[in-house]
Amino acid sequence: MADQILQVEHLEKYYQKRHVLYDINFSVAKGEVVTLLGPSGSGKSTLIRCLNGLEPYQKGTITFEDQQVDPTEKNWQQIRQKIGMVFQSYDLFPNLTVIDNIMLGPTKVQKQSADAARAEAIQLLQRVGLEDYADAYPRMLSGGQKQRIAIVRALALHPDFMLFDEVTASLDPEMVRGVLNIIKDLAETDNMTMIVVTHEMNFAQEIADRVLFLENGKILEQTPSKQFFAKPQTDRAQEFLDSMDF
Amino acid sequence: MTSWGIIQQSLPMFEKGFVLTLWLSFIGIIGSILVGLICSLLQYFKVPIFHQIATVYVEISRNTPLLIQLFFLYYAFPVIGIKFSAQLCGIIGLIFLGGSYMAEGFTGGFNGVSKGQLESGKAIGLSRWQLARYVVFPQGFSLSVPAMAANVIFLIKETSIFTVIAIPELTNTALDLIGMYYRSNEYLFVLVVAYAIILIPLSAILTLLEKRVRYGSFGN
Repeated sequence: MADQILQVEHLEKYYQKRHVLYDINFSVAKGEVVTLLGPSGSGKSTLIRCLNGLEPYQKGTITFEDQQVDPTEKNWQQIRQKIGMVFQSYDLFPNLTVIDNIMLGPTKVQKQSADAARAEAIQLLQRVGLEDYADAYPRMLSGGQKQRIAIVRALALHPDFMLFDEVTASLDPEMVRGVLNIIKDLAETDNMTMIVVTHEMNFAQEIADRVLFLENGKILEQTPSKQFFAKPQTDRAQEFLDSMDF
Repeated sequence: MTSWGIIQQSLPMFEKGFVLTLWLSFIGIIGSILVGLICSLLQYFKVPIFHQIATVYVEISRNTPLLIQLFFLYYAFPVIGIKFSAQLCGIIGLIFLGGSYMAEGFTGGFNGVSKGQLESGKAIGLSRWQLARYVVFPQGFSLSVPAMAANVIFLIKETSIFTVIAIPELTNTALDLIGMYYRSNEYLFVLVVAYAIILIPLSAILTLLEKRVRYGSFGN
């Protein structure tokens, strides 16, 4: 299908002998927002990390923009420019100022001119309301601010596709909303394709087009979001939703 | 003669030893940092063959005493036709020893950069070299400053062993004077004061430096 941006087929992942992902199959269409839900340890983070080559996988294929990925480090390095990823722990570079964090990828990886990269970085900072912090170091920022900068850092490379790995899990409750609003805005305004791993059920419900429900390394169901939150197909997913407080 | 008189009389000789200790330490430390840097980079990038050589060197150097290394340079090498002056032996020995300590310090710093930092660097498409250049090295160096500071102090103190190959640095000066005039209390007192004059201010400066570069370790 032409409008599929990502296809995962028969993906299997082992940590040494431990089998952690079983026969994962799904695809993501351009502009679609997919959330990965499931209990802790179900393999959500491992799966999302496989999608930009941070975790090796042992079997199966990942096809990104109609090109099957030959999973060497060098190939992944090229592909990662097109796949933005934001982590739970923000991981801004503490040795660089906010603006340098954002400009590093565009100037070094994509060889944009410093002026162009700076202009765009400022624009993106304005979008998340942090333009006054351009010259601050990450240690001077709050968790929520750092996470917004981390999102900007990923966006500066003009990715076709974003991965969010529990990006609000280590934030104070009052910081969560600001970060989620940015993600939501990306989905709505930019029509960004994204996969979101989250424990924020309200947010998942608001943003997702489709839910993949994982347990013990298997995709138990893939259901349109509305239907999933109204009545999931599996009892296990129903149990999971009942256990979540939202 | 009074103790004070003895001390005063010896000061010009101690002054020469003092200058020599400082000079040899300086060359030795600069050399050690260079050798350490080269070895840790070879190990970090896993340069074929060279990184194994670096590892072997580090192990030999760290696991043999400087005293024996100096004997080797000074007494054994001439047997196979390689002869250095005593001072050159001292400098080579100190660099041979210090290089491995510095290498371990830098390697420790590089390894101390968190996995999350490496992954977020990879996630924005940095190559292995760019990741090293913009993420690992700047943070790794600041993480390795405490180890480097400890090594600097350690290497300066190690120069006292140079006395066994008769380099007239501080310790050698004191032992010589004691041998000639049998006034151990006075000369040893001057010796201790001389080392303290070098090391205490240096140690304070290094502590200050450690504080200034600590940003690398609490970014997130």
